[in-house]
Amino acid sequence: MNTVIIDQQEALPSRSEGEPSTKTQPIVRYKGITKSFGELQVLKGIDLEIQTGEKVAVIGPSGSGKTTMGRMLMTLEEPTEGTIEVDGELLWHMQNKEKLVRADEKHLHRMRCNVGMVFQHFNLFPHMNVLRNVAEAPRKVLGLSKEEAEERAVSMLGKVGLADKLKMYPANLSGGQKQRVAIARALVMRPKVMVFDEVTSALDPELVGEVLAVIREIAEEGEMAMLLITHEMDFAKEIADRVIFSADGRIVEQGTPEEIFDHPKSERLRSFLQRFRSGGN
Amino acid sequence: MWDWNYALDILPELLRGLQMTVWVTLCAFVVALIVGLLLAFAARSRFKPLSLITKGIIEFIRNTPLLVQVFFLYYSLPLLIGVSIPAFYAGVIGLGLHYSTYLSEVYRSGIEAVPKGQWEAATALNYTKAQTWRSIILPQAVPPIIPVLGNYLIVMFKETPILCAITLVEMMMTAKNIVSQSFRAFEPYTLVGVLFLIISYIASLLVQRLEKRMNLQRGQ
Repeated sequence: MNTVIIDQQEALPSRSEGEPSTKTQPIVRYKGITKSFGELQVLKGIDLEIQTGEKVAVIGPSGSGKTTMGRMLMTLEEPTEGTIEVDGELLWHMQNKEKLVRADEKHLHRMRCNVGMVFQHFNLFPHMNVLRNVAEAPRKVLGLSKEEAEERAVSMLGKVGLADKLKMYPANLSGGQKQRVAIARALVMRPKVMVFDEVTSALDPELVGEVLAVIREIAEEGEMAMLLITHEMDFAKEIADRVIFSADGRIVEQGTPEEIFDHPKSERLRSFLQRFRSGGN
Repeated sequence: MWDWNYALDILPELLRGLQMTVWVTLCAFVVALIVGLLLAFAARSRFKPLSLITKGIIEFIRNTPLLVQVFFLYYSLPLLIGVSIPAFYAGVIGLGLHYSTYLSEVYRSGIEAVPKGQWEAATALNYTKAQTWRSIILPQAVPPIIPVLGNYLIVMFKETPILCAITLVEMMMTAKNIVSQSFRAFEPYTLVGVLFLIISYIASLLVQRLEKRMNLQRGQ
């Protein structure tokens, strides 16, 4: 019995390996990811592929481990088991004399440039003005000249509608403006995949729209893959190519926005959407 | 009892001693600032042996008297290493090292007050560890603790008379020398006390002003 199961598992990747010739290679691939904090297992086996440029929304009740999924991709949380590949290369592991070992800081540093993240609580640098918040990393991390870095930063801040706030400090901005600066700060590094971790959850309701508008605009540009962890169902429906419903540390159901929101299959998802709709209105 | 002429007579000599007192304080403070930061880093290290040894050193230095430490540096250490250490350097190192263990604690509190999200944002932007410390963490950790550091500077200033035990001719030693020649103790020691008071008081006013300004800035 056991050997049969292993054979099947081994057969699967070889089949998908044949795919890249016809289809592009996924930019992100979670394989058998679990995560435990002490006794508590928050992720119980996640398998997920995100294609280049694909926008994937993750919905689900709080505590379902969806934020942990995003944080792992940004190397803020290490998986307990399983592997994550980014652009065809292992993120948390590296080859050492034919053995797979835990990635060192150097490996993580190299891999991280593919990934960006926007946080729920913005995490802007309070001691830097808006321009420096955005221009500092291109300069220090990407090694651009001051002029190049600032030019890039200014154009990115223009895109999020904050070209007139360059000299302001984060403390003097509204929540929506802060989050737009944070988006510009992440975008300016030009990652291949970006994690949006409940980016509107800490905002006053009237400020949510301006942030979503910016994300919508970025999504339409295409190139960059997105992992949107969100409670904004309408928004997920509108911009996602695919919606993942996760609960209790597993992916319960996934599909196109129509499949998930209009024709939910599992009882778990149906009751979640119902509760959400009655709670939301 | 109090002789103004005598007091004015010895004042210039005492002021020269005060110069040395201020100079040794400032040098020791710089040592304490640098070593304190290094201790704070080492104590936070994820490499367990390093953090344990560092914490051990901190406890050891804190729980032995400063006087014993400077005696050891000035009288015993030269016997061990075969090189004599001038009183000034022994004083700077002794005072500096002793207070570095207290400043490391101050740094620690400043560093821990920086929200976790700042570290995470730095990681997300792919800063190296060194860049994260330099551009993100220390610029936020240090300004709030500047008033506390200032208070330690004043405390160190008032500890310097201990250094006359290793023959450093600072203000207290100058006064002792005057007393041993003139056999008049009242004026010299009183003046030393008054001079300490004036300088410490002015410095503490400056620290208070600094603190107010910082609170205003943070309140913005």
